[in-house]
Amino acid sequence: MSALLEIRKLTVSYGRITALSEIDLSVGVGEIVAIIGPNGAGKSSLLNAIAGVVPAAGGSVTLDGTEMLRLPLEESVRHGIAMVPEGRHVLPGLTVLENLRLGATIRTDLAAVKADLEGFLDAFPILRERRGEPAGRLSGGEQQMLVIARALMSRPRLLMLDEPSLGLAPRIVGQVYDMITQTRARGVTILVVEQNARRALSVADKTHVLNGGAIRLSGTAEELSGNPQFEAAYFGLRASVDE
Amino acid sequence: MSNLVPVLIDAFSVGGLYALTALGIGLIFSVMRLANFAHAEFVTVPAYALFVLSAQPTVMAISAAVLVAVVLSLATERAAFRPLRGIDPATMLIASFTVSMFLQRLLVFAFDSRLKPVDPLAFLSGSVPLFGVSVNLLKLTTVITCLVLLVALTLFLKYTRFGLEMRAAAEDFTMSRLLGVRANRVIATAFVLSALLAAVVAVLFSAQTGFVQPRFGLQIVIIAFVATVIGGLGNLLGAAVGGFLVGVVATLLQTYLPPDLRPFREAFLFLIVIVVLLFRPQGLFPARGLKERI
Repeated sequence: MSALLEIRKLTVSYGRITALSEIDLSVGVGEIVAIIGPNGAGKSSLLNAIAGVVPAAGGSVTLDGTEMLRLPLEESVRHGIAMVPEGRHVLPGLTVLENLRLGATIRTDLAAVKADLEGFLDAFPILRERRGEPAGRLSGGEQQMLVIARALMSRPRLLMLDEPSLGLAPRIVGQVYDMITQTRARGVTILVVEQNARRALSVADKTHVLNGGAIRLSGTAEELSGNPQFEAAYFGLRASVDE
Repeated sequence: MSNLVPVLIDAFSVGGLYALTALGIGLIFSVMRLANFAHAEFVTVPAYALFVLSAQPTVMAISAAVLVAVVLSLATERAAFRPLRGIDPATMLIASFTVSMFLQRLLVFAFDSRLKPVDPLAFLSGSVPLFGVSVNLLKLTTVITCLVLLVALTLFLKYTRFGLEMRAAAEDFTMSRLLGVRANRVIATAFVLSALLAAVVAVLFSAQTGFVQPRFGLQIVIIAFVATVIGGLGNLLGAAVGGFLVGVVATLLQTYLPPDLRPFREAFLFLIVIVVLLFRPQGLFPARGLKERI
């Protein structure tokens, strides 16, 4: 499987604090790759650096051979990277429909945009029902559906999700993950970051454990769950690497 | 009743000008959290353009004033504010003070600080009958122009693609950029709209006062800043309503205060402002968008 996203020696620092140090990671076309790790492991920094929300201190990130670092923030979606940040970030005062339309900001094929829009409204009747309401009034689960649909409105090659299950009831988390696997079935590559390790492991082709700004362990779900180091890598290494 | 119509037209014309000014400030604030003090000069400089071109036909002088405002505003954004983008709002506020002072001094240097006569809308000096009373045509035109611009701006923000992108950027700038909204384009749009509003204020306000001087825009912008705070910073509806209310109240105070107290009408105005803020510290229409970014 050829790599869509190729990350080499990616380093991110905030002042004197290093959030990520020389990360190597590759995501193949059509894969679901999960990054799991405890709070403060550097998971969000990874996605934010790929998308251009935070600057990288070093390294390279290429999407299909194109260097993504040092591009202005608004260019990453034009190269095919859509991101759903932590905390969902609906545009709360804009209507559901306006949020979805903004997802297609970069597109000029207006007829196809309309068809995609109708498709999402069909798939999520609650969004159709509430399309004229401010998105801030939706429930957490509905907002999560909305922001994923909004991200997909750009027809991305790579969808990045930061903690999509955060703060949602288990049943809703199930729906969100169904949506993620359906999205992959449509040919979109997915990079998902989760603190909720079990859920992410269940859908991912490959999972990386991030802790203290470095990848400690990688593998498939079976490889990791059979690995005695897994628990240690996930929970145990913080104190020793934070120095 | 017959007294009331001219008083209301008077109040609405002042309120309308403050509303347009507050909106010009609010547009830029909502998109980039810049309290643009140099908006005063976005009003003053086109008013000087009217003075310089006072021998030219009205349409030409007004077009030139609008053009001057737009060019000045885009140049200011490019030279002063773009390099500071993303820096804390206090720094940008100080930068806007600097731009304001610089332009004001430049005007003193070029034209000295004495009053210069302007009368860009001389043909509107008469009166027309309305509801059985005679109403000043210039003030009536001011009210109508303000209404038309408010409606046009609302339609622009609500129904055009640029408008949608501006509202998105006002709510969550980083998220909007992640969706592909171009920061430079949104900010330039905000500055152009702000300049258009400032130019209209320059034409109408200078037609009412009949002169221009280097602090011409400042007097109206200071009050408009107060109006945006009353309305709720970062909320355009609030800015418009706040501007309108402040203008109307100021005019009514001017009309109905006992003559001895009229010189102090602004003291009464600010007393009302203080009372409003005591009860509504976030303003009348608190903004939703003033929260943390990603």
